[in-house]
Amino acid sequence: MAGSRMISRRDFLETAGAAGAGLVIGFHLPASGPFGPAPAVPFTPNAWLRLGTDESVLVMVDRSEMGQGVATALPMLLAEELDADWTKIKIEFAPANPAYANPLFGFQGTGGSTSVRAAWTPLRKAGAAAREMLVGAAAQTWGVDKAECHAERGAVVHASTKRRLTYGQLATKAAALPVPANPSLKEAKDWKILGTRVPRLDTPVKVDGSAGFGIDVKQPGLLVAVVARCPTIGGKVASFDAAKAKAVPGVKAVVQISSGVAVLADGYWYAKKGRDALDVTWDEGPNTQVSSATISHLLAERAGQPGAQVRHDGDPDATLATAATRLQADYELPFLAHATMEPMNCTAHVRADGVDVWAPTQAQQFAQGLAAKIASVPPEKVQIHTTYLGGGFGRRFEMDFIQEAVEASKAVGAPVKVVWSREDDIQHDQYRPISFHRFLAGVDASGQPVAWTHRIVAPSIMARVFPQMVKNGIDGEAVEGGVEMPYAIANVHVDYHMPDTGIVVGFWRSVNNSFNAFVVESFIDELAHAAKKDPYAYRRDLLGKAPRHLGVLNLAASKAGWGTPLPAGQARGIAVWKAFDSYVAEVAEVSLKPDGTPRVHRVVCAVDCGPVANPSIVEAQMESGIVYGLTAALGGEITIDKGRVQQSNFHNYPMVRMADMPRVEVHIVPSTDAQGGVGEPGTPPIAPAVANALFVLTGKRLRKLPIGKLA
Amino acid sequence: MPPISFTVNGKRETVDVAPDTPLLWVLRDTLGLTGTKFGCGIAQCGACTVHLDGVATRTCVLPISAVANKRVTTIEGLSKNRSHPVQRAWIAEDVPQCGYCQSGQIMAAAALLASKPQPTDAEIDDAMTNICRCGTYQRIRAAIHRAAKGA
Repeated sequence: MAGSRMISRRDFLETAGAAGAGLVIGFHLPASGPFGPAPAVPFTPNAWLRLGTDESVLVMVDRSEMGQGVATALPMLLAEELDADWTKIKIEFAPANPAYANPLFGFQGTGGSTSVRAAWTPLRKAGAAAREMLVGAAAQTWGVDKAECHAERGAVVHASTKRRLTYGQLATKAAALPVPANPSLKEAKDWKILGTRVPRLDTPVKVDGSAGFGIDVKQPGLLVAVVARCPTIGGKVASFDAAKAKAVPGVKAVVQISSGVAVLADGYWYAKKGRDALDVTWDEGPNTQVSSATISHLLAERAGQPGAQVRHDGDPDATLATAATRLQADYELPFLAHATMEPMNCTAHVRADGVDVWAPTQAQQFAQGLAAKIASVPPEKVQIHTTYLGGGFGRRFEMDFIQEAVEASKAVGAPVKVVWSREDDIQHDQYRPISFHRFLAGVDASGQPVAWTHRIVAPSIMARVFPQMVKNGIDGEAVEGGVEMPYAIANVHVDYHMPDTGIVVGFWRSVNNSFNAFVVESFIDELAHAAKKDPYAYRRDLLGKAPRHLGVLNLAASKAGWGTPLPAGQARGIAVWKAFDSYVAEVAEVSLKPDGTPRVHRVVCAVDCGPVANPSIVEAQMESGIVYGLTAALGGEITIDKGRVQQSNFHNYPMVRMADMPRVEVHIVPSTDAQGGVGEPGTPPIAPAVANALFVLTGKRLRKLPIGKLA
Repeated sequence: MPPISFTVNGKRETVDVAPDTPLLWVLRDTLGLTGTKFGCGIAQCGACTVHLDGVATRTCVLPISAVANKRVTTIEGLSKNRSHPVQRAWIAEDVPQCGYCQSGQIMAAAALLASKPQPTDAEIDDAMTNICRCGTYQRIRAAIHRAAKGA
């Protein structure tokens, strides 16, 4: 339901009266303020481009680089139409400004696998407009017709006289020309940069330690804060005694903030020792009786009652009553933590006249608004400096770590960097929602499905983040993918329960697709095996009216050699899923280790995401999404006892490592269809592909994740 | 607590910090060498890997008192201008995504290649236990094999 999310977020902003920005081709940079002044940069025809007399081409990257490649892919869009010399491209992360609103959200933010497709037209037009102005400036200089001139690699050329002026030479004159409203864009066949394997611009700084992540921010007089938060979810500080914490050498201050008690010191180690020494009495709040068992019980109980209807085709009840065979299955998936490699952190400096925030954030505009509110200054007095993000996965859409830094800085009147420990990160996350699913299907005598009902019981992310989007008990996001189940079945019913478990839930790579894909793609596999049909062929025959699903399914099966022999002890499983408007199929080849846990040897992935900016980045995102999903499938589980998260670090919240890494092959469908995203769609199909292979190996259907503990 | 002296990237450093301070935080907070990363604090993830007298070492649990008079090489000191074969291979394979774990991965790979110039896949599995949440393992493996051939 990526589409509905975008629309709904826009609705949210309209409802909330926030200012969403439109297309900003004509947006002119002010002479001073967040964009300047910059004497060597006379040509700033739009919010994204600063072209200097020194031939520099600076692209403002207005999405957060969290590994998904936007710091390369977005400049590629602009540079292609600019006919820039790619070797001259430099990047800077954009400040918070309405000019940088994500067109698919209506606010400045990175998520929902939207970055490239949202920027696809605006950034190319920005480059094209600048190119037309540079060509115009050259034609004016030479006193020739514009049509006789063309741009190539950072210069304008007058072909008949072989005259040439570089963009740097033309920058000042071009700046005086009007910005064309509707510049023409190249055809794909003329691309020189787009569609090619341009090496990432951020690779050099990521191999020598110089890339600036949030946790690396340095400021004069900086204090580092480590925060004591109530270990029980939903609890708060009752009282605290700072004496022991203040006795730790290096500790400078102890202050209460919204989330707990912050211990501030000269460095992380002292702040952490101070936090460890701090005496806090907690008011544990309403969740002390909440455990994984009580939550599972709650979800299963709700599954026994009809939910809010989200899809109803034909007459499922009557069809089920007369079907030759009925199959029922219950599935359950756990809470999951994000575990970005860079723990949560943020640096803030609150002054009387404004605020600076240095943050690895996915949501600059929200960060700006929040800091302004806390510091009691207008939003334009808050500068958001976006750093590199050491992973995002949805976690950095949240504001908790930003709020802590701004509150702590305000309290002590100094720049403060809040740094979370890994334990803080695992135990105070906004978790991928737990979910319970009940399926009932009817099949005819030939094994073909005639009715499909799916009850989804899952806590709602939107109920917390954008409550305006929950209507009549339905969070349209929670059922994403489940409601658009693509198989041709005449009678379908999908309904939804929105239990409140007390555990905070949030956006986690691929969001609710992560569980709906597992259950839908496992249950269709159950139907195939019950019909004694090949699971690939069974899907294929039901996807006649879903050509893009079918395209990736066929491609993955063919590249994987579906149906050909495997080494003894190995089996294949397949799954296909649409998420964020992209279509991905994956075939997993799996065996069992001596201890009975799965070993995934090879994953063949086919993706149709429409036109591709950079195939190397698309492949990397599929590999990445697969590893993220595989980690969750094999070992990811957050459990609760007395309202507290029981996992704390990588020893008991394990990750796939090199030795567990399958060989991943990615095949991109050449496509001119509507664009989808690539940051998340690789994740949903891997868990069902692996589980479906395991069924072939063991005859046992896995209806609960994780499959087995990682080492 | 007397000051502790050791060598970082060829330069003699003397620090006056609590002796239980992990080397990681001395590098990051005291010496400003932020290329070495904090990931877990319990030597599980390897983001904090440096070379201690040439050996890949996780520094988030290594007290500075144990580093006295030793030789530390961090990612900043691995080479000038990203010229180490491992760095060249990382660039050629376009390995990093978010990049946060890559300093540690590169230091682990450089140490592996120093002791085993032509590692097998199994030896890579054994030596490269650092966590990458972006899942760049496949490209890391390719880059190590590339570096083994001289990048």
